[in-house]
Amino acid sequence: MAEHTLKAFDDDIGELRALIAEMGGRAEAAIDDALVALSRRDNALAERVVEGDKAIDELEALIEKKVVQVIALRAPMADDLREIIAALKIVGVVERIGDYAKNIAKRVPLISHRSSHEPLSLLPAMGQIAREMVKGALDAFAARDAQKALWVMERDRAVDDFYNSIFRTMVTFMMENPKTISESAHILFIAKNLERVGDHATNVAEMVYYAATGAHPPERERGPDLFQEQEG
Amino acid sequence: MASTASTSPNISAPIKMAAQDVNVFYGDKQAIRNVSIDVGMDEVTAFIGPSGCGKSTFLRTLNRMNDTVASARVEGRITLDGEDIYSTAMDVVQLRARVGMVFQKPNPFPKSIYENVAYGPRIHGLANSRADMDVIVEQSLRRAGLWEEVKDRLQDSGTALSGGQQQRLCIGRAIAVQPEVILMDEPCSALDPIATAKIEELIHELRGKYAIVIVTHNMQQAARVSQRTAFFHLGTLVEYGVTSDIFTNPREERTKDYITGRYG
Repeated sequence: MAEHTLKAFDDDIGELRALIAEMGGRAEAAIDDALVALSRRDNALAERVVEGDKAIDELEALIEKKVVQVIALRAPMADDLREIIAALKIVGVVERIGDYAKNIAKRVPLISHRSSHEPLSLLPAMGQIAREMVKGALDAFAARDAQKALWVMERDRAVDDFYNSIFRTMVTFMMENPKTISESAHILFIAKNLERVGDHATNVAEMVYYAATGAHPPERERGPDLFQEQEG
Repeated sequence: MASTASTSPNISAPIKMAAQDVNVFYGDKQAIRNVSIDVGMDEVTAFIGPSGCGKSTFLRTLNRMNDTVASARVEGRITLDGEDIYSTAMDVVQLRARVGMVFQKPNPFPKSIYENVAYGPRIHGLANSRADMDVIVEQSLRRAGLWEEVKDRLQDSGTALSGGQQQRLCIGRAIAVQPEVILMDEPCSALDPIATAKIEELIHELRGKYAIVIVTHNMQQAARVSQRTAFFHLGTLVEYGVTSDIFTNPREERTKDYITGRYG
């Protein structure tokens, strides 16, 4: 990518990308830590994840301000304009991803040490994919890499499959063990949160694809729909 | 060889002027290479590009202003309502009444405001009486958005007006001879932002009554006032498209580099 004649514009874009990378890094770490806290039942770590969300929120506000400044002062055009608009939308999504991590962390103290649900062992693997998607989407943004964005979109299917599988297992488990319903519901919500993280990472990837190419991504094959299955 | 850029991107309006394979030479030097472009009726078309790209030269071929440059030679075909403007049958004076022009620097005649507007209609015989002429002058100045500011001092010299007012006077002067096309060569480059905004607002209002072609260095201005934008580079037409597409998603790398400020 050739440099702008006005170097200060490149500096602005560089700064914006660095801030988004930092924000994304914090969101990824929050998902990681929340899942580690869950598997170790580490309430102190969970508390730190909840606290750490404030820094993500602050970064969002800072980036929004910076985006408005760049639009006002630099009047970006074409792919620059698409990137700046994508940046503005992406930080809103990353902020939500941070919220999901916080929500997972908040549920950690509510799941007992004795609990040995099978899905608990699936959550770290599911979380790993969701986290990779977030990282992939933000890497794609920084590099204006449409192929990487497509890769992220395709990964979403795996997260959905995990969620569907956990959902079925948990429903069966709750029917057989009514006393665990409260705890099981929390686990189900955690799985749902991770599924949403995957969806949001996919959204980011779609925005990156548009910013990089100026076209919307091709339609993808969807996984089986949980709601339709239940009706049938 | 035809230019690679599309000549009429989704032009919904009927075509007012059409250029086919136009080449312009100044002596041995070729300034325009194989440019083909259609200008839609009742639309604003903007020509953008770096200095020396040929956009002003090409604009001037549309009403044969290059005829006044001894070394200039124009090849190809340019039509107005399907009629070849370079044919021997074409009356150049009549052509320039139909295809009016507004220049970079306001250039009112050193005469009264009234005379500046009345001159053209008089030599073209558009008014039969003083009363007719009064109507033409008022209508033209109203359309140019200047009437309210000058109606009480029509006998003052046109050169006594501010730069922005002078430029609107020149637009009023162009309008007075009932043109079909108005060519504007950097009409705001000598004006401050407020006067520029007034001219842009005027262009908006004139759209629909005339086909307007504007050459501008100010890309934001092209984005604000035009429906179609043509990007020229080194004498060729690189890309011609719907303005919103050109500024959000240009197809050509050279267009993108220019409008995002990466050129050169």
